[in-house]
Formats: sequence, structure tokens, C-alpha cells
Amino acid sequence: MSIAKSASKSMKPARNLSARAEKRKAWRSRYFASLKYSLYVITHPFDGFWDLIHEKRGTIAAANTFLILFLITRVLKLLLTSFQFIMAPVQYINIFEEMGSLALPFIILCLANWAMTTLFDGKGRFKDIYMAMCYALVPYILIQIPMILVSNMLTYEEGSFYSVLLSFSVIWCVFLVFVGLMQIHDYGPGKTFIFLIVTVFGAAVIIFLLLVFFSLLQDALSYFLSLYREIVFRLN
Amino acid sequence: MRTIKRMIAVMCCLILTAGTVTAFADDGFSTSYTYGYDYWEDYQESPDAYRVRTIVDTSSLGLANLDNQSFRKPQSLFVDGKDLYVCDTGNNRIIQLRVNNKNQFKVTRIITTVTADATNYELAETYYSKAEEYEAAINARVAAEEKLAELTGTESENSEKETPAETEQTETPAEETPAEEAEQPREEVGEGATAENSQPQEEKTASNEEIDAATLALEEAKEKEEQIHQEAIEAEERLKASGCNIWQYEAWHRDENGNVVSQLDAPYDVAVDSLGNIFIADTNNCRIVKMDKDCNLIWEYTKPLDATFDQSQNFLPKKIVVDVAERVYGLCQNINKGLVKFEEDGTFSGFIGANEVSVSMTDYIWKRYFQTKEQRAQTANFVPTEYENIYIDEDGFIYATTTVFSEGDLKWDKAKPIRRLNSLGKDILIKNDHYPPIGDLNWVSGSEATGPSKFVDITVLNDGMYVALDRIRGRLFGYDSQGVMLWAFGTKGNVDGAFNGAISIEHMGHDLLVLDQLKNNITVFEPTEYGSTIYSAIETYQKGEYDESAVLWQDVLKLNTNYTLAFRGIGQAVMRQNKFSEAMEWFKMAHDRESYGRAFKLYRKEWVEKNIWWIILVVAALLIIPLVIGRSKKMKWEVIMHEHSKVRK
Repeated sequence: MSIAKSASKSMKPARNLSARAEKRKAWRSRYFASLKYSLYVITHPFDGFWDLIHEKRGTIAAANTFLILFLITRVLKLLLTSFQFIMAPVQYINIFEEMGSLALPFIILCLANWAMTTLFDGKGRFKDIYMAMCYALVPYILIQIPMILVSNMLTYEEGSFYSVLLSFSVIWCVFLVFVGLMQIHDYGPGKTFIFLIVTVFGAAVIIFLLLVFFSLLQDALSYFLSLYREIVFRLN
Repeated sequence: MRTIKRMIAVMCCLILTAGTVTAFADDGFSTSYTYGYDYWEDYQESPDAYRVRTIVDTSSLGLANLDNQSFRKPQSLFVDGKDLYVCDTGNNRIIQLRVNNKNQFKVTRIITTVTADATNYELAETYYSKAEEYEAAINARVAAEEKLAELTGTESENSEKETPAETEQTETPAEETPAEEAEQPREEVGEGATAENSQPQEEKTASNEEIDAATLALEEAKEKEEQIHQEAIEAEERLKASGCNIWQYEAWHRDENGNVVSQLDAPYDVAVDSLGNIFIADTNNCRIVKMDKDCNLIWEYTKPLDATFDQSQNFLPKKIVVDVAERVYGLCQNINKGLVKFEEDGTFSGFIGANEVSVSMTDYIWKRYFQTKEQRAQTANFVPTEYENIYIDEDGFIYATTTVFSEGDLKWDKAKPIRRLNSLGKDILIKNDHYPPIGDLNWVSGSEATGPSKFVDITVLNDGMYVALDRIRGRLFGYDSQGVMLWAFGTKGNVDGAFNGAISIEHMGHDLLVLDQLKNNITVFEPTEYGSTIYSAIETYQKGEYDESAVLWQDVLKLNTNYTLAFRGIGQAVMRQNKFSEAMEWFKMAHDRESYGRAFKLYRKEWVEKNIWWIILVVAALLIIPLVIGRSKKMKWEVIMHEHSKVRK
């Protein structure tokens, strides 16, 4: 159902042109419906997240859209917010690095949550978790993008208004993450809270394993490289 | 559009900086000598703010002809008008120099001794000789007692008389330590009782005649002691009543002409008050000397006998300052309670400005709950640290520098290497820049210099600007009254303008004098065109002549396009001319959020006033159009419903 899938489908020679067009049209309407559905999710999180998964009202394509929008918001915020509120060292910023530094932890946290909850009868699949997390980012996008504009109309002394709205958006997101996980896994609030903490530890373990893996890989590679050099040296 | 503007600005900057490099090439220094920091704490090259005017050393002063003694480990400078006092500590003297119209330093006199009034000395002499006699009498009495005890076989005993006698002795400013004093009564208590019992029993062990002789001798000794004690008390009373000013008697003697003189011993610091009285921290003599301009003693400040002063420590004043009310503040070695403060009449009135002890929460919890009593006893207590140097400004505030802090505290403004102490000893230094005045903001630790800047001395120019001297890298850091760095320069080395052991800094107007204790010379810096333009811009700004100041800041910008203060100064002037959007540009370049906010507020107001009709129009459109649409839809709906109802009927 993702963009990639539909793209690969379109690569195939068209057997039935009208059928393909119809399919695409259906996909598009479903995609837009799922985008619009995010507004329902953020205002009615308990119902919204349940239906998102169980009634299949969300799409991965919409989730991807939200994640990408979130990353773009983040970069726009750094670059375009009035300098009274954010002093980003523009000369040092690498946009892709900035995006990666947010997207990678996001994916790792989703992965850690999935890994942990699968072991303790969480009902959510990885796809569900990812989708719910992306939908939980929507308030951030909705509030922060207008705030970029607003920040350019405010003075330094009026900054409290700005910061209150910013923290409101973040708190909303955190709340949505909490409710979303609760509904996906069919957990109680206490268990969800515990698994939020466990997820962070899980993410730390994943990062540790990745680091170990890459350093061992490096060692192994250098071993074979030196072996090769030795052989070449001996042969000569 | 903005990017194009920005690019043009950058191009202009490049062109201008290229210009300044050529303009200042004739200064004799590489341009990396002076530098500053930008908003991002990056190192920014700058044109030279100061150039070396002269080096004052032994040969330039002609000290060889005077008394053939070159500078040896000089420790401090003091400027009083056109006079410069140099503490030539290694040679136990103070050299007074005077600058003439040709900016040359000439020796006017060399202070090695203090003279005192002969009558005062005689009073002190009789008192101290009496005190010595008294001590001898006590010793004689103790010896007689011991002899008697030996003969009678009893343990050596102390008569009751010794206790009052000893305490009397310690009242005088002699070098009696309290430890000795404390031991005396303890013996008393233990042995007084046993002696009385044992004496009659063992009296028979020696021959009676010998015992009689010894007893007689003891009686005589006691009598003599009593008599001398009375005399000593009288002498002390006379001394106090006469207003004698000699308190460190051991340091004084009569010279061959019969004058009463005292030789300075390692004077570490000197200060001159508004009346011309000279104060000297005569460190190895354990005193601060106050004398008039002809070197006649006025008062000697010695170790306070107050209980707050740790009596087991010697009084070693290292740095002194004098305020307008003739109060003396001394920085003493091994005293961490703050500055020792003496009132005008010479009495000790406590400590001020102790370094507050900062205890972090984690430290406290760890020590309080997780350590055993033994561990707690072993780890060091939270002790405040000593200051490194002090300076008193025109308004009577003491600037103090400290070099003991942890590196991590610097940028969070917890370390406070530079402080401005008010009369209560609280730090009131203004810090309006986004980083506190800590010297270098980032540093590379190498073999020669490691760690952050350590300020060994500080001097305060007019308008509250201050210059701190870093001993680690031999650098000078200039700050304005708001704590914004003006410039930094200096390095380690042997060429002119570089230091090996920078120890003291002073100023004469805008000229800076830096004393090097290893090179044994004084480097005199004078501001370059760049430096003096900055100064005059700041001065005119503080006088309230903002437009003149803006012109001067423009001149500064021609020499250094990255000068934040100039952006700010011009921004202020432009804002006063009601050019708000232009002011915003300047403040943005200066990264000054508050001022930008102020300019922006006015700009916004102006903009709204100018475009009020457009705003009303847009708002109205936004409100009316949906309203109209909604209305029309509703009407349509009503029409349809009406049709339906008709059908139903």
C-alpha cells in the first residue's frame, strides 16, 4: 500500500489501463482519507488510535508523510524562526544530519518498543507501532509550522507566548504517544508507562549492539586487509 | 533577496578586512596578535588594539648607575597619577618612577626603609626590654623551682603565678603562639594537686641546707618577677597611652645616625591613597606599613589578635588596596576567609568577600548519606579558596580575581574568575554578554599552556572598563563595563609585547603597563588607532552623544568588520533616528535579541499604522467571505427543504 509498492506496480506493463487508473484513484482517496483522519486521531486519541489500527483507517503512506513533514518542520524551524527565539548556528547546520539525528532515534525507538512489547503480549505489529507514532507527531507539525510565522511577528519580550505554545505541542505529542501505545498493545496505563521506560533501555541496547557490531566488523575487515597485505608482501 | 544581500555583505566584509590587513601591516605585529570572539565563541582575528611603546627595565632606568641592583622578582605595580611604584620584591625595595612629557620613565626614588619617631621607638623599646626582662625573670623562677624540685625529689611544679603572667605576655603583639599558651593551664590542673601531696613526704631526701638555699633563691626569683611584672604593665600602659605606632618591634633598629629605621623585607604590594600616604604590604615582616610621602611611619598593621583570625597562621599580606576612607584591605596568604579589613584607626574589623562555598546537591547527598563518618572526616571539607589579586576602582568597589575553580563551572558563570565586591563582599559584576568574562572561551591544551585563563591581576580603567591579565598564556583581556570583551592580545615569548611571567598590570589613562617577574621588565602598551577609536566610541556613548559615537563605531567597523560592539552601538544610534528596520539589521548582526526586540516592536507598530487599511481589509475578507458562503449554503438548504416540505404536504 506504500508509495514504493504502488510505484513498482506502475512499472509493470499495463494490462488494463482503466483498472490501473481506478486502483490508483482508490488508493489516492484512501490516502487522503487517512491524512484527514489524523485530525480525528489527535482530537479523539482513544477512539482514534483504536480505529487507526483495528478499522484500518490509517495508511503507511500517510504515516511516512507525517514523519517527513515532521523532519521538514524541524529544519524549517531552525532556519526560519526569528533569531530572537532560536539562534541556530546556520553556518554549521547540515540539514541531512539534522534530519537523520531525529529520524534514526525515532526508528530505533519504534523498533525497541516492538521488540519489547512482542515479548510481553503486546498486540501491535511493527507496522502498527510505526503508524501510531507517526500519527502522534501531527500536533507538532500543526502547531510548529504556524509558530515559525508567528515568531517573526513577536518581540523578545513576548516570547513566553511562543514558548508556551511550543511546549504545549510537545506535551500533546507525548500524550498521543502514550495513548497510541496503550491502544495498539491493548495495555493498561501503568503497563504502558513501564514499557515506555523499557523501550528507552531497549533503544540503548540496540545502539550498543550496533556500535559493537560495527567496531567488530571494522576489526574483522582490518584483519583480512592485513592478511592480504602480508600475503602480497611475501609473494613479492 | 535576503541571500543576495547577505552575499553582498560578506563580500563587503572580505574586501574591508583585506583593506585592514594592509593598513595595519606597519604595526610590526602579525595580525593574529589581537583577537576577539564572535557570538559562536569562534576565534576572530582583529587589528591590533595595542602596540608596545617602551620596555622599562633595569638598563633603561639606569639602575646600574644608581645602586647597581637590577630588578629581581618584582611582584607588583601601582600607578598614582604620573608616578609608578614598582615592588622590587627580590631586592626588598620599592622603586618610584615618574613619567615625563616624552613618555620616558625616570627613577625618582628608591624606598628601602621606613623611619619612625624616636620617642615612639623608645617607648616601644622600654616596653619590649621590660617584656624581655620579664620573660627572663620567669625563666629564672622556673629554673629555681626546678632546682628545688630536683632537690626535694618532687616533679617540677608550676607556681600559680605563672598563669596570669603568661597571659599578660600574650597580650602584647609578640610572636607568642596560642599553642604555647594553651599548654600552660593544662599542666597546672594536673600537677597542682599532686605537688602539694608529694612535697612533705619526700622532703627528707636532700640535705636541709641545700633545700633552704634553693627555697631562698626561689623566693628571691618570685619577688623579682613580681616587681618586673608591675614595671612591664606600667610600660605597656604608657605605650598605649602615647599613641605609639610601632607594633612589629623586631623589625626596627637604630641606624648609625641614630634614626629609627626599619628595612622592608620582601614587599609584595604597594598602594598610595589620595593624601599621598604610602601603604606597603611588607610581607616577610608580617605587617602592612602605612607611611607618609616622606617615608615616616604612620601606622603598622600587624596580625589581628581577633579570634576570627586563625592564630596559628602568620600574617602574610600579599596584596593590599586602600579605599577613600583610608580603610585597608589585605589579601593574606593562607587565609581563605576573604580580605582582611582594617579601619582607618588601624583596628581589625573582620573579613569581607569570602569566596562562597558552592556545594552541589549530589555532593551533599553523597557526603551526607553514603559516606561513613571516617570517610567524611578524611575527605576535604568544603573550603572557600583564596583570591589571586585585588584592585579597587574609582567608586570604591574591589575587583578580585581568583584562579581556583573547576573548568566546567566557567561557562556556566559559577566559577566567577573576576568579581566586583561591594561593601558587603557580594559579587556585583555586570555580565550582559552571553558568555561571562572568563578570558579565553576555548583553548588548546599544549605542553606550554594548559587549561583556561588564570587571571593573575586586574586593573580598572575609567568608564568601568577592566583589563585582566592571564598568566597561563600571557594574555590581556579587555572588557567593557557590561562584561563584553573588547579585545584580547598577548602571548608568551621573549620578544617585546610577549611575556614569560606576567604578574601585574596597571594603567595610566589608556596606556597599559605589564610587569613580568621573570623578564624583570615592564612593558608599556599604548592604544593603536583601532584601540583608541573603540575607547572614544565607548566614552562618547556613555556621555550620551550617540550620533558621534555611531560615527566612531563606523570608523571601528572600517578596521574590524566583525566587531559586535560596533554593530550594537550603531544600531542604538540608528534606532534613535527612528530607522527601526535598519536598527533591526544592526542588532541582528550583533546577535542582540533584547535590542532587536525593542526595535522590532517599534517597527511593527509603525508597520501596522502604515498598513492598517490593508489589515482591516484582509481581516474583513477573511471573516466575511466564509460568512457569505455559509449563508448562501444555508439559504440553498432552506430552499431545498422548503421544496421537500411542499412535496410532503
